[in-house]
Amino acid sequence: MKTDNDNTSTVSLDRRRDVSQNPLCLSGKGVTRIFGSGSKQNVAVDHVDFEFREGELVSIVGESGSGKTTLSKMLLGLLPVSEGEIFFRGAPRDISTRKKKKEYWKNIQAIFQDPFSSFNVFNKIDTVLLDCINMTGGKSLPMEKKTEMMTEACSFVNLKFAELTNKYPFELSGGQMQRLMIARIFLLKPKILLADEPTSMIDACSRATILDMLLNLRDEIGMTVIFITHDIGLAYYISDTVYIMEHGKFVEHGSADEVILTPKAPYTRRLISDVPKIHEAWDLSTVE
Amino acid sequence: MKNTLRQIFHSSKFVAGFIIFVGILLLLIIYPLINPGNPLEMIGVGTFAEPGTYVSVYDTVTTETETLKLPDAAVKRLGNVLKEADRQKMADWLSAMEIDVSGLDLSDTDALLAVWKENYDETARPAGMTKAERNYYKRLNASLGSLGSAGKMTVTEKDSSGEEQVVATIGTEDYVNVKDVPNTKNLVLGTDNFGRDVLKELVSAAGTSIFIGLIAGAVATVIGLLLGLLSGYLGGLVDDIIMFITNIFTVIPGFVLLILISYSIGQDKRGAPVVALVIGLTSWTWTARSVRSQVISLRNRDHVNLSRLSGHGLFRILATDILPYIASYVVMAFILQVSSGILAEAQLSLLGLGPKTTEVPTLGLMMNWAMLYSAHLNGSWWAYFPVILMITLISFSLNLMNTGLDQVFNPTLRD
Amino acid sequence: MAKVMLEVKELTTKYITRFHEDVYAVDHVSLTIEEGKSLGIAGESGCGKSTLALSLMGYYFPPLHYMSGEIIVDGKNISGMDPDTVRKNVLGSDVAYIPQAAMNALNPTRRISDFIVDVIRAHDPKADKKQIKEMAVKRFEELHLPKEALDRYAVELSGGMKQRVVIAISTILSPKVLIADEPSSALDVTSQKVVIKMLREMMDRGFIKSMIFITHELPLLYNVTDDIMVMYAGQIVERGSAKEMVFDPVHPYSRGLMRSILVPEDGTRSNKLIAIPGTPPNLKHPPEGCRFAERCKYAMPSCKYNSYPIMEFGEEGRTYRCGHSVEHLREVYANEDRQ
Repeated sequence: MKTDNDNTSTVSLDRRRDVSQNPLCLSGKGVTRIFGSGSKQNVAVDHVDFEFREGELVSIVGESGSGKTTLSKMLLGLLPVSEGEIFFRGAPRDISTRKKKKEYWKNIQAIFQDPFSSFNVFNKIDTVLLDCINMTGGKSLPMEKKTEMMTEACSFVNLKFAELTNKYPFELSGGQMQRLMIARIFLLKPKILLADEPTSMIDACSRATILDMLLNLRDEIGMTVIFITHDIGLAYYISDTVYIMEHGKFVEHGSADEVILTPKAPYTRRLISDVPKIHEAWDLSTVE
Repeated sequence: MKNTLRQIFHSSKFVAGFIIFVGILLLLIIYPLINPGNPLEMIGVGTFAEPGTYVSVYDTVTTETETLKLPDAAVKRLGNVLKEADRQKMADWLSAMEIDVSGLDLSDTDALLAVWKENYDETARPAGMTKAERNYYKRLNASLGSLGSAGKMTVTEKDSSGEEQVVATIGTEDYVNVKDVPNTKNLVLGTDNFGRDVLKELVSAAGTSIFIGLIAGAVATVIGLLLGLLSGYLGGLVDDIIMFITNIFTVIPGFVLLILISYSIGQDKRGAPVVALVIGLTSWTWTARSVRSQVISLRNRDHVNLSRLSGHGLFRILATDILPYIASYVVMAFILQVSSGILAEAQLSLLGLGPKTTEVPTLGLMMNWAMLYSAHLNGSWWAYFPVILMITLISFSLNLMNTGLDQVFNPTLRD
Repeated sequence: MAKVMLEVKELTTKYITRFHEDVYAVDHVSLTIEEGKSLGIAGESGCGKSTLALSLMGYYFPPLHYMSGEIIVDGKNISGMDPDTVRKNVLGSDVAYIPQAAMNALNPTRRISDFIVDVIRAHDPKADKKQIKEMAVKRFEELHLPKEALDRYAVELSGGMKQRVVIAISTILSPKVLIADEPSSALDVTSQKVVIKMLREMMDRGFIKSMIFITHELPLLYNVTDDIMVMYAGQIVERGSAKEMVFDPVHPYSRGLMRSILVPEDGTRSNKLIAIPGTPPNLKHPPEGCRFAERCKYAMPSCKYNSYPIMEFGEEGRTYRCGHSVEHLREVYANEDRQ
C-alpha cells in the first residue's frame, strides 16, 4: 500500500532548547515500586527523584530490567506507586477516583514500543482517531468537522486519511502504525507525552521520519516529552536532558551533552564505552 | 473475519467434524417431519421387537390376491416353521438310527426333508429313546406332512348371529402385494423394552441430548468466561476470591458434585433443562482458569493500556479490547463444554440420575433402559448400539471441529 | 590471494506460504568470503538477511525450499545435498549456525558438557567421552570461559555467559564458516561486547575460518566485520569494506541506512539523518525493475522496468546495483551535502 507521498529527506534531530527556567511539569520524590511481598520482594523502582519541566524533552536511558518501563507505568498512572509521591505541575497528583484519573489522562498520553500490539486489531483506524476526538470533548461535533480533524492529524504525519478509512491496523506497516500513534497524540494534545521506546521496533530508514515527526509535534503543541529508551545514542541526539537508570535508581542526570560527553557515574561511563561507535575506536579490552 | 472463516474451512479436520455434525442436525430436523408423532408412544405390547418391516396379518386376509407359482415356496415355508431345535432333533433321530448325517447341512431344509422322508419310520424304536420322545417325533412328522401338502386354509369370522362365516380361503399360492396391504410398519431399529420405535426415540433423544449439551455448555462457558475475565483483568483481591472459589470447585470431583446435586433435586423436578443447568454449574472451572490465564497475558498489552489511557471503563475494555482476542478460544472451549455436557448427561442417566423418565428420551436414558431390561444380555443390539454410535458420532464431530479450530488459531500445532 | 572459504553462486531460495504462494526471499545471491575474513549483512527487517543465513546452511525444512544456485564451502558443494547428509557431515564441522535466541535453545535438563558430546558424536558416533571432555575443557580455557560451566545446567548461567557457551558448543569442531544471526541483540551492551570479543578471538585463533555476521545494528557491524553487504528485498544492493560502506556508500539505499546511524559521540549530534519513505516491496509480487525504484529519490523513469545487474567498481571487491554510474551518484551526494 502506498500512502506515503513524501520524498527522501534529510532531517536534523538536534532541537535542543533551554528549558531550565520553565515551570515544573512532572516531578517525583522518593518514587518506589515494589512487586511481591516478603522474601520474594522485588524493588523495581527504588526511591527515584526527578523534575521534568514544561516543554522539556527528557530521555530515561536504561537497559532491560532497569525499571524504566515500571517507572513509565507509574508516571502514566497505570500502576500504583508503592512509596513516595508524584507531583503534577507542582501539586501532588491525585488519581484516586476514576473521574480524576480521566482528567489526569487528558494531560498525559503515551506511545508504546510495539506498534503491532498498540492497536486493537478488531477496530478500524477511524475508531482509534474518533475515540481521541470524543475524549477531548468533541463528541457532539458534526461528522464533517470530525473528518476534517482526522484528516489534519493524518496529514501531520504524512498519511492520507481518505486512504485509511475503513482499513484495519494490520493493513499498515510498522512505521505507518507508529505514525498513526503520533496522529493520535496530535488530536489529544496532552501536556505530557510518554514515549516508551517508540522506535526500537522500527527499521532504521523509517526511524528518522518518526523521530522527526515526534519532535515537530512537540514544537507544535509545546508538550513535555518523556522518552524511554535503551539506546544511549538516540537519547544523545534528541534530548534536552538525560536520566540514566540502573537497577531501579537514577545514577546520573543532566543535559544530554553533559551526561554523554562527560559522564561521571561509573555505570554511565561503562555504558557509553561499551556501545559500538564509528568515529572513535571501540575498545574491546575494557571487558573481561 | 472473512480470512479467518476461510482458514477455518481450509482445515480438513474442522470440515469433517462440521459435516458430521450438520448431518446429525439435519437428521434431527428432517426425520420428525417424515415420521411425526410422540417418540415415547408405546406401539408394541411385547419387548424388543426386531428391526424389520411388519405387515398386518389381519389385513392381508382381505387384500386381493394374485396367484404365483413359485417352485421353492413350500420348502421356504417349511423352513420358516421348522425351528433350529427341531432340525437338531431330526438329525439326532437319524443318527440314533445309525444313518450318516455328518455331510448334511441342517439349514438346507430341502436336503434334510429328503433324508427324513426316506428314513423315518413311526414304528422304529431307536435305542435309548423314551415313549414321550417317540411321540414327539410322530407329531413333528405329522406337522411336516400337513405343511408340505397343498391344502387350503379357511379364515372365518363370527357374524352378529354367532354363526361362523367364511371370510377367505387362502391357498399356498396366493400372494398379496405389500403395497395393497393398508397397515404395514417399517421399524428400522425395532422397538425397545417398552415397545417404542427405537429410531424415532433415538432421533428425539439425540435432539434432547444436544439441547442439554448446548445449555450446559452455554452455562459453563458464560460463568467461566465472566469469572475468568474479571479475575484475570482485575487481579488482586478479586482474583484471589474468584480463584479460591474456582479451586474449591476443582478440588471436589465434578462428577461427585453432579451426582449429589442431581440426587438431592429429586426425580420429580429433574427435567432436561434442570439437568443441563446442573451439568453447566459444575463444569465451568477449567474455562474460568484458562480464560483467566489468557486475560492475564492480554491485560498488559499496549492496546489495553492505551484504552485505559483513553479513559474507557472496565466493561468497555473487557468487551472491546479483551473479549475479541480470546473469542476464538472461547468458541473452542464452548464446543468442548457441549461435548462433555452430552457425555455427562449420558453418565448421569446411566446411573438413573438423568431427567424424569416419562417426559423426554435422552441418549443416556435410552442406555439406562436398555441396560435395565438386559438388552445387552438377550441380544437386542438395536436397543443400545445405535445409541452408543450416536453419542460417539456427536462427540467425535465436536472434538474434530475443536481440533480443527485449534490448528487454525494455534499455528504451532499445524503439521 | 587467500583461500576462498565460502563461495555462493546465484543462490535462490523461496518460502511457500500456507496458501501456496511463492515468496523468493533470497534471489540470485552470490558472495565469496576468504579465509580469516568476516562479512556482515545489513538490511531492514524482511529484506531476506535471516533467510540467507538459513539458506547458507544447506539444510532446508518447510516452508523454506531450495531453488537453484550453489553453496561451496572450502571446495565442497553442499547445495542440493540430502538434508540428513548435511546434518551429519556439514553442520558443525563445515558450517555452524547461531540464531538470535540460541541461548534459549538449550535443553534445561541437561548439562553443558552433554551438548558438546552430542555435537561431536553427531559426526563421529564412536568418539570417546573422556577425550571429548578434555577437548571441551581445553577449548573453554582457550576462550577464557570458566570450565566449571561444563558441569552446569543452562539455567544456572547468565544470559551473556549462556550465549558465549552456545557459541563455544557450536564451534567445537572448528567450522569453516560461522553464520551468526543477531547473536548479541538480546543481550545488554556489556555482554554484547564480551560476545563480540570472543568471536574476534575465535577468528584470530582459527577456531572459525570465516564468519557471516547478521545484524540490524550498523555501528556493531562496522566494528565486527571486515566487509559489509547490504541486502534489499532479497537481493544484494552493495558490498564493500566496512569503512567504505559506512563512510562512502554508493547505493541510495545503503546511503540511507548509513545515514541513520545514531552513536553517542561528540560532534555527531548535528549530523543530518536521511529518512527514506515507504516500505519494501511485497516479495510475493516483486517489481519487475529495480526493487528500490519506488522509494528512490534518484530513480529515473526507466528504473521501474529495468532490473540492473550487480556491478564491480573502483577498488577490489566493491560492487553495487544501480542504474546510475558511481561518479554520478557521488556527485549528487556531494551537492546535497553542500547545501
